[in-house]
Amino acid sequence: MQVNAVEIIGLSGTSGSGKSLFLRALADMEPHDGEILLDGLNQQDIDAHLWRQKVALLSAETSWWFDSVGEHFDEITEASLSALGFSKDCLQWSIARLSSGEKQRLGLLRIMQNKPEVLLLDEPTANLDKHNTQLFESLVRQYLENNSACAIWVGHDHEQLQRISPLHYAMREGLLINVD
Amino acid sequence: MLIELSSLDLAMAGALVVLLGALTAYMQLGISKQLYIAAARTTVQLLLVGLVLKSLFASTSLVFILLIAFIMISVAGWEILSRQKRKLKGWWGFGISTGSLFISSFIITLLCLTTVIQADPWYSPQYAIPLLGMLLGNTMTGIALGMDRLIQNAWQQRPVIEQRLMLGQTAEESISDIRREAMRAGMIPIINSMAAAGIVSLPGMMTGQILAGAAPVEAVKYQILIMFMITSGTGLGVISVLWLISKRLFDERERLCFKRLLKDTGMPHK
Repeated sequence: MQVNAVEIIGLSGTSGSGKSLFLRALADMEPHDGEILLDGLNQQDIDAHLWRQKVALLSAETSWWFDSVGEHFDEITEASLSALGFSKDCLQWSIARLSSGEKQRLGLLRIMQNKPEVLLLDEPTANLDKHNTQLFESLVRQYLENNSACAIWVGHDHEQLQRISPLHYAMREGLLINVD
Repeated sequence: MLIELSSLDLAMAGALVVLLGALTAYMQLGISKQLYIAAARTTVQLLLVGLVLKSLFASTSLVFILLIAFIMISVAGWEILSRQKRKLKGWWGFGISTGSLFISSFIITLLCLTTVIQADPWYSPQYAIPLLGMLLGNTMTGIALGMDRLIQNAWQQRPVIEQRLMLGQTAEESISDIRREAMRAGMIPIINSMAAAGIVSLPGMMTGQILAGAAPVEAVKYQILIMFMITSGTGLGVISVLWLISKRLFDERERLCFKRLLKDTGMPHK
């Protein structure tokens, strides 16, 4: 599989087929075989944490460890918050009151802080309504264009996958199949 | 004048422990068996050591005293391990706890014997053995608490650690909060005893010396010395254990590596 700049690859498959494991391997969060290159740079040739700053994984369940939202961000502009429908006030919110949808949206903003070159999105809009799903999709697209980054988007919603990209792979029993 | 204790006196105190064990068993707190075994051990072990202590203190062989010290450290390392809910696989757990005890207790005792106390010879057993014993007894507690807290919290907060790794933090950063917690857990007992000494509690060694007729000021000076040694020993011991274990919890690609831990065996001494 090869992903070019600004491209999104949609990846689907039944649950348990290994999609999340595949994304974790790409982020080097899981021991794996095979070779993973980013612009010719082998994953195993740089420190794991530096690799993960370039290849960012947004897992289906995000974790938050400080008390408030703002503590998880170094600096964040009002513009990027409002792109996902938040105002600056949300930085004061306590983590305990976040819905799972809010966590997914804030999770995207959080991984974007490192300016990653690859976004690995694991069912990122599973808990979002239609409006927020649209905001999410256009922010991802805009990010890819501005940073000439690329993304792999794991999802179940075929309509959505077709909407965001013509490139589509399916995972069956741990094997990637090109289906576009 | 020392008031002698009869076997009946001890039996009464023992009955309290039995009562506590029964209560915890009734409330299903899962500690009674451990409690009984520890109580039985303290009785047998103290009686035995009471018998040999006089001849032990009469010994002047360095090799013999080092051998005793070696046994004390290994047993303490073993005890630390048996207080852990989750242990490192293989010899790592024992190696790390014993190694840290060696650094913290043995070396500090050695330093103290040769530079501060300067008995003749420096390894005179009536100084060396109780000193090492007091240090081991206390650092053991700190190390066991710190180690248990680190591994347990890492286990429970796996999603948070992995999240922090996915955000590009180093292994070190991703576990730093948990390590700070564990350090605190390990140091609280000794910080408590220092803060309370003289007001809330009268340390046993000092009180014993004064009761046995030593000059109070001398006894106090010894007690302060011991307290400081215990504190620095515990601190060093906990630091090294936390450092070594957090290294061991991650693999070379900065991933959590829980397969290096044994399965949770419930409480020790099944």
